[in-house]
Amino acid sequence: MFRLAERQGEFAAALLDPERPMPFGLIGPDGLPSERRFAVYRNNVVAGLIETLRAAFPAVSRIVGEDFFGAIARIYVMHEPPVSPIMLGYGTSFPDFIGHFEPAATLPYLADVARIERAWSEAYHAAEAEPLNPAALAAVAPEDLPKLRLLLHPSVRVTRSHFPALSIWQMNVGNGVPTPVDLDTGGENAILVRPDAEVEVRSLPDGGAAFIAALLDGSSVLEASKAALTADSRFDLSANLTGLLQAGAIVGFETQPLGRRP
Amino acid sequence: MPQDSRTDIPPRAGVGLKAEHYREIVETRPDIGFFEVHAENYMGAGGPPHRYLTAIREHYPLSLHGVGLSIGADRPLDREHLERLKALIARYQPGLFSEHLAWSSHDTGFLNDLLPLPYTHETLNRVCEHIDQIQETLGRQMLLENPSTYLAFAESTWSEIDFIAETARRTGCGMLLDVNNVHVASTNQQWDATAYIDAYPLRSVQEIHLAGYTREADETGRPLLIDTHNRPVDEIVWGLFAHTIGKIGKIGPTPTLIEWDADVPTWPELKSEAERAEAIMVAVQSRELRHVSAR
Repeated sequence: MFRLAERQGEFAAALLDPERPMPFGLIGPDGLPSERRFAVYRNNVVAGLIETLRAAFPAVSRIVGEDFFGAIARIYVMHEPPVSPIMLGYGTSFPDFIGHFEPAATLPYLADVARIERAWSEAYHAAEAEPLNPAALAAVAPEDLPKLRLLLHPSVRVTRSHFPALSIWQMNVGNGVPTPVDLDTGGENAILVRPDAEVEVRSLPDGGAAFIAALLDGSSVLEASKAALTADSRFDLSANLTGLLQAGAIVGFETQPLGRRP
Repeated sequence: MPQDSRTDIPPRAGVGLKAEHYREIVETRPDIGFFEVHAENYMGAGGPPHRYLTAIREHYPLSLHGVGLSIGADRPLDREHLERLKALIARYQPGLFSEHLAWSSHDTGFLNDLLPLPYTHETLNRVCEHIDQIQETLGRQMLLENPSTYLAFAESTWSEIDFIAETARRTGCGMLLDVNNVHVASTNQQWDATAYIDAYPLRSVQEIHLAGYTREADETGRPLLIDTHNRPVDEIVWGLFAHTIGKIGKIGPTPTLIEWDADVPTWPELKSEAERAEAIMVAVQSRELRHVSAR
């Protein structure tokens, strides 16, 4: 007597591990076990998930080539299959996985490019919100500005890299043309936001990443500026605020201190 | 969204909605019976998929097709997922909601494929219990789709049709008859596809699916058809569809969907598949009517 739970346990384990034998009693019309038939399911699951990753990480695939991407993705799929039926969220840990993937160590920026692509997907599917009209902020009295807590758009994501990852990403998506990049030119941090229908990706000014991270954490403008200055002494509050407003990344503000949001 | 006549799926041909065609559909508003979407693709919080679906829903009936509930798994249904479905149904008011006779989740994770089931009493009880829970939670009838299978389980004691008919009888669920799946499974299992259709609980069928498949072979050289949804509907499946419509025509016209999910064609090519389906529906229907008036 086969129990359904055991059957599905064996089936699932063998799907993700090509070393495991096919479970007993999976047969063709002749009543005999058929490896070839079971292989259809193995292939559907693994190839399907690899294609899901390829669609979500097009620049990484273009940089390393289809075959190499397929090889990394295959190992990732077997080690970290999806836990949710919503494929929009699959691959959250793929950038970290790439960062630890020994054969890709010669491309030290690759994980950061993957982080931009993951952030892009998250921004694309994030909740809707109306960007703040810049005039609303202009009406705030200058002395109140430091106390302000800015509410950022739900789609805002920040990526950081010690490499020119943003430039590399841009030249490997859409109509981008890859050109030689000097990896020693310094790091690039980026903000991704979808104020309307399109995800916009912008390079962040000095200290911008630390500033936004603090704002997202619920810090006031003053507190976030201090954090940004600690991270980078060249931080310019006015330029950063203007940049956020222009990007449509601010959706509101609170003048009263509300304490940290959970 | 108000409840109105657009909520019901008309007895016409529709197509699976693909992101590649969003813009063209919104801009040209083509004459098509309805659209169907995979529920899981619209479970993000916001963004362009919801914007387009909202715009399209304003002008077309919508059918919601789930691929992630894992009804056949021997583990509790994912309650959170069920709640997400309920919210999606409340938001878009689809005329039909369907899921698969298959399983896809296990302790190891979500396997993202429609995996086959042994047709046993134990499976039947589990499937019926899950369908009861789904219909209760969603507060509406669901349609169950017959699977495309590549192998059989030695321990099965029910035929697929008896298993499906008994499931429909016990749960009161409706059926989604995928005619391509009938051809794929019948070829792979060496059943008679026409006999399958004839024995199917056609009175429960509220929607039909059509799609393309890929032909391969197993290690003994027997044909092994793969349900790839990446090409036009095969001529054999069109023939089987006409036969099905002929049988169903006596019961009532049935909405029919073209599924094309990989190597997605241009919009005109996809639409022409739907037009072909609708032409068959109209031809068979008018033949039935002539039979009736001649009597």
